Amino acid sequence: MSWQLTAADLPDLARGATLLGTGGGGDPYIGLMLVKQVLDDRSITILDPDEIADDLFVIPTAQMGAPTVMIEKIPAGTEPTLALRTLEEHLGRRADATMPIECGGINSMIPLIVAAETGLPVVDADGMGRAFPELSMETFAVYGVHGSPLALAGERGERVIIDTGDDDRQMEWLARGITIRLGGVGHIAEYAMSGADVKRTAVPRTLSMALNLGRAIRLAREEHRSPFDAIGETLAPTLYSNMRELFVGKVTDVDRRTTDGFAKGRAVISALDQANPETLEIVFQNENLIARRGGEVVAIVPDLICVVDHETAEPITTEGLRYGQRVRVLGISTPEMMRTPEALAAFGPTAFGLTDPFVPVESRA
Amino acid sequence: MHIGIDVGGTNTDAVLMDGTRTLVGVKHSTTPDVTDGIVRALENLRAGHHFEGNQIEAVMIGTTHFINALVQAKGLAPTAALRLGLPATKALPPLVDWPETLIEALDARSYLAHGGYEFDGRPISPLNPAELREHAADMKAHGIRSVAISAVFSPVNHDLEVQAAAIIAEEMGPDVAISLSHEIGRIGLLERENATIINAALRELAAEIIDGLSAAVRKQGIEAPIFLSQNDGTLMDEDYVRLYPVATFASGPTNSMRGAALTSGLGSCAVVDVGGTTTDIGLLINGFPRETANEVKVAGIRTNFRMPDVLSLAIGGGSIVNTETGEVGPESVGYKLTTEALVFGGSTLTATDIAVAAGRADIGDPSKVAHLDPALVQRVLDRITDRITEAVDRMRTSPEPIPVVAVGGGSILLPDELPLFGAVHLPENYAVANAIGASIAQVGGEIDKVYSIEPGRREETLAEVRAEAVDKAISAGASPQSVVIVDFDEVPIPYLPGNATRIRAKAVGDLDMGGTL
Repeated sequence: MSWQLTAADLPDLARGATLLGTGGGGDPYIGLMLVKQVLDDRSITILDPDEIADDLFVIPTAQMGAPTVMIEKIPAGTEPTLALRTLEEHLGRRADATMPIECGGINSMIPLIVAAETGLPVVDADGMGRAFPELSMETFAVYGVHGSPLALAGERGERVIIDTGDDDRQMEWLARGITIRLGGVGHIAEYAMSGADVKRTAVPRTLSMALNLGRAIRLAREEHRSPFDAIGETLAPTLYSNMRELFVGKVTDVDRRTTDGFAKGRAVISALDQANPETLEIVFQNENLIARRGGEVVAIVPDLICVVDHETAEPITTEGLRYGQRVRVLGISTPEMMRTPEALAAFGPTAFGLTDPFVPVESRA
Repeated sequence: MHIGIDVGGTNTDAVLMDGTRTLVGVKHSTTPDVTDGIVRALENLRAGHHFEGNQIEAVMIGTTHFINALVQAKGLAPTAALRLGLPATKALPPLVDWPETLIEALDARSYLAHGGYEFDGRPISPLNPAELREHAADMKAHGIRSVAISAVFSPVNHDLEVQAAAIIAEEMGPDVAISLSHEIGRIGLLERENATIINAALRELAAEIIDGLSAAVRKQGIEAPIFLSQNDGTLMDEDYVRLYPVATFASGPTNSMRGAALTSGLGSCAVVDVGGTTTDIGLLINGFPRETANEVKVAGIRTNFRMPDVLSLAIGGGSIVNTETGEVGPESVGYKLTTEALVFGGSTLTATDIAVAAGRADIGDPSKVAHLDPALVQRVLDRITDRITEAVDRMRTSPEPIPVVAVGGGSILLPDELPLFGAVHLPENYAVANAIGASIAQVGGEIDKVYSIEPGRREETLAEVRAEAVDKAISAGASPQSVVIVDFDEVPIPYLPGNATRIRAKAVGDLDMGGTL
């Protein structure tokens, strides 16, 4: 079923998208404000991926860069649609719809800006099923749709086309370099594909899942039910059906640095009871990659590792992590299509230089 | 001995303290002239427990003036928000998410200009002095008296903010107040900019209030240092407040909560502070106010202060009652309670009149409210109870019962029991809990510097910074055994060699009153 998204849905969507951002993906608040500015009191048509025509021409749109840059250097506003138009021009074909490449964080919002500006519908699916730090880490690419050619636009009206054939890593490498030259944020259109490709390669209904998660957390708080139960209940019927509470504690150390255009670092969470020496360590590269409790791995990429406020379940991003915060750490299982050997080669532990093997979060705790 | 004073919109409370013991507490209405109110408070304290000026070692003042000015949109200077960042940031100009009423109250104007930095310290675009002069001329033409300047990535490099300030000052003359975002907030452009605009709007009021407060204290022969309480419960000196009034913003709730903890002896409870204009509801967990997790909205504006998580309702002793609807507030007679309320011979029906008519308080002349329809009185009280119960219910995060402690002069509006929560605890000295909280406020030491961290020396460097903050708190007067690190933040600056990192650490401790009487 296609449905209409209005400005009133944006805060819930932003909350859900932050949770799926698993620490990264950038703060969707800026994205939310950008959508609100252009959408006004109109609505956006969201298409169910099962119902789209096989020959629908879809051009996904997104923003790339370091999360700390996005909360400081706000876009001029013209960049995302400029990227889409640039790719259309290059391909000689107009898009019938846009789509997220990443349902976590600010990239849940960028296609909505394009939709609000151009009137295009948005397909309810994405290629990451969460947030990842690199453009090549896409189920699209894993199952045979390539990102290139990619169009990149900057706030001064700069336009770049990158064509690397079927080498998505090289595309990521070049686009990342240009993004750093642009000041750490670039807007892109890439992974142009048909409706048939969407059905075959995209993680379905992740935009609506983000909206449902955000709404469930809010309603649970309003009704004084556990927001953690609400998250679990919302996930149960989806492809992300297993949630585990990995740790409850207080942030006691955050070490964060910006290297090669990524925010890399680690956070240590200590038990609230000071007599309990147990700690949980999270290593992140934009997103949370691995959680070790007392040295033992309890969750690992691509499964979701989400840090949330220990009472309200408000998701906390890696740049929002601060000394003294009381948090809960949740582990959430990812769909099977994100755990196949080909998928793990693209965005599993080894893709991030981790030596620990992937083990599903539900098989540990 | 030391003195704690809380100047609210309606009441001024004062306490004379010996350590954590309250020697005497007084309360009366805030006067239109701040000075008079403080003078009267000090005179009343002296009448209750004699002291000589030179026996007083410190005067701690908490004031809700600044937050009330913003919430009521009164006394705010005509303010301009100037952002350096073009061509970036155009999609969301300054004031983008502000309530329309507040923009009007500030006669606020928003300006975008070239400048600002990329994350790696390169300029986004050079400063354009001609463009800034043009903006300054427009500000001048529109009667702007205070300017907030923000630049993209100014926490990393603040040179352009400083340069732009010089140009604006040159064009607008020495009387214009300028607030710079890098001195007020951290990374996060919109939130830092919003806090800076709020600060700018309060600068004129700050000068007026501080002059009044210090004149009043000196008039009483007290030469001891004067401190004002900040959001985090620590103290700052008067010169600092003139420049950064926004730092006092949430001191009211922090003081009342800390005062409630001390007087009630309860470590974990919901604190309902009913003042003259507002009711502030917060949660105390193990003696400390629960802080907000992420964004903090003040008067509908998103900021990134670290503040206690407080829900404010426009209900207070001075709230004006609408006889048609039975609704109270948001309008309040404020400090004019003692002339405008019916029980004091005035002509405005206030929440205090309702409490007196219901026999809950003996204030002023009860015969002046004898004519009120008992049904109306009941309806108003029920409405207040409903709204406060609902708010306490919204604040708690689990269905478990939590004790409710009422403080503040307006507590007479509360029933003995709240539905869902049971008995309302009213501690001794409940009416002056804010002043007690201010008087036990802590002192802090803050370090905010760029360090070059050599490989493998991160732990050592961080330990040094922490130790430096602790030393600073101790030299500011904190008793060494009470000092703890309350805030710590590390921001890497990639464009400088040697792993340059901006580190901020804040240590706080109790003001050492050792050996005092």
